[in-house]
Amino acid sequence: MYVAVKGGEAAIANAHRLLADRRRGDRTLPSITIQQVVEQLGLAVDRVMAEASLYDRELAALAVRQARGDMIEAIFILRAYRTTLPRFGYSEPVDTATMKVERRVSATYKDLPGGQLLGPTFDYTHRLLDPSLIDDAAVEQPAVKEPGEHVMRVSDILDGEGLIEGDGRMPEGHVMGDLTREPMEFPMARDLRLQALARGDEGFLLALAYSTQRGYGRTHPFVGEVRIGEVEVELDLPELGFAVSLGVIRVTECQMVNQFMGSAKQPPQFTRGYGLVFGQSERKAMSMSLVDRALRTDEFSEDIVAPAQDQEFVISHADNVQATGFVEHLKLPHYVDFQAELDLVRRMRRDYDAARAGSQDGMKEAAE
Amino acid sequence: MDAKLKQESPPDLARKEGMRLLARASSDELNAAWEALADKPDISPVRGPETGLVMVRGRIGGGGDAFNLGEATVSRATIRLSTGEIGHGQLLGTDKQRARLAAIFDALFQREADRAAVQALHRAIASRIEAEDRRTAEETAATRVDFFTMVRGDD
Repeated sequence: MYVAVKGGEAAIANAHRLLADRRRGDRTLPSITIQQVVEQLGLAVDRVMAEASLYDRELAALAVRQARGDMIEAIFILRAYRTTLPRFGYSEPVDTATMKVERRVSATYKDLPGGQLLGPTFDYTHRLLDPSLIDDAAVEQPAVKEPGEHVMRVSDILDGEGLIEGDGRMPEGHVMGDLTREPMEFPMARDLRLQALARGDEGFLLALAYSTQRGYGRTHPFVGEVRIGEVEVELDLPELGFAVSLGVIRVTECQMVNQFMGSAKQPPQFTRGYGLVFGQSERKAMSMSLVDRALRTDEFSEDIVAPAQDQEFVISHADNVQATGFVEHLKLPHYVDFQAELDLVRRMRRDYDAARAGSQDGMKEAAE
Repeated sequence: MDAKLKQESPPDLARKEGMRLLARASSDELNAAWEALADKPDISPVRGPETGLVMVRGRIGGGGDAFNLGEATVSRATIRLSTGEIGHGQLLGTDKQRARLAAIFDALFQREADRAAVQALHRAIASRIEAEDRRTAEETAATRVDFFTMVRGDD
């Protein structure tokens, strides 16, 4: 029998009131402002924008604050917000070659046009806790130098010898997909996979990327280039007949270069994996590029032998909003389901006990 | 893209550049320019101001075919001046008032009498952005690695 139950309104209201209190914390301390989150927890803001798949620093900071720093909750809130807004259109593709570069490193070429620009990196720090931050010690102004030449893309340098695959092309006649408009279907084309990976969970993609390095679908990677900086976003205005700039966004791009032994169809060469992520997040961009390359098994006639190469497995589980929804729903009331299962287990147990008792009787009889 | 650029006539390019700068203008810059206008125009709204989303696209490998990277918030407005000029404002973020002011200055740019004032605003925005970009480039340049080769003792 199905019994509908209601209740808990007062408990829920009070729980949310308590949540608001705990979020605010000690009232004798000043409340943290959105601009402080944007300025001082910028990489948390970037992660929320990337995985919510919505570029807006202020709203992402608000989400971080509202979620008490719970990143996936913040991502969930921002993802939900975007569903309330109308879609104005699709931008022109951003041009990362003209990026205002704030960091660019290459692990394949030491001396390359534009040089190795470390930018604001955690690399080469000693990862020691810094007690001076407790007392809010004054911070030095950054050093400055005369800027050098244009920061050339590494893939353009490698292209000269014909030993590296070109930028990715989709098959003739392919219509670009949009995950936010059509349900997922497998096999999924590379453009859609990249959209899914760009908003995929950083931890999940990091683990998969790591698994390819440890031998689960080896890809022999080198970082051709990682670059971070601002690119212009342009939108075509039909009423004017030309595209206009809407402003700039900061993105992180990774060009992963992978050794490839060649196949019946293709000569030995370097192949590529691509990562592009909102904000400053090279861990995510690098992971994305490794997973992108691992998933291109059909293009290189590679056998699928590892999880990172299985597109249905990877893409279906990369979205942390979906994942948390399904995992966390388990804590919501399942009283009726459980009663039904309890009843079933009781019956099975009765049958089991009866069968055991019967066979013991049978054995006793056989012994006599 | 190149073919499209060629179709644009020179006045369009000037307007396009102006719109690029207005999209980057701060509230303070727009409000100050508005306050400084001696003759405030009569404005009627055509569309918005409203906030929505634009799907930002990237290119596979940086220069290949396009894919959808993720969305960005965009605010836009279209207005008409009493003299008939239509102005469009569109910029990243949720600041509808900035979009409306950007649309007004886009319309004023088309009016001979106000063009000089709008161009002064364009120049102010451009020089601020240039200074910011220059500063960032200099700070980045200071983190450039200078490699040197250790000399091997040959004897």
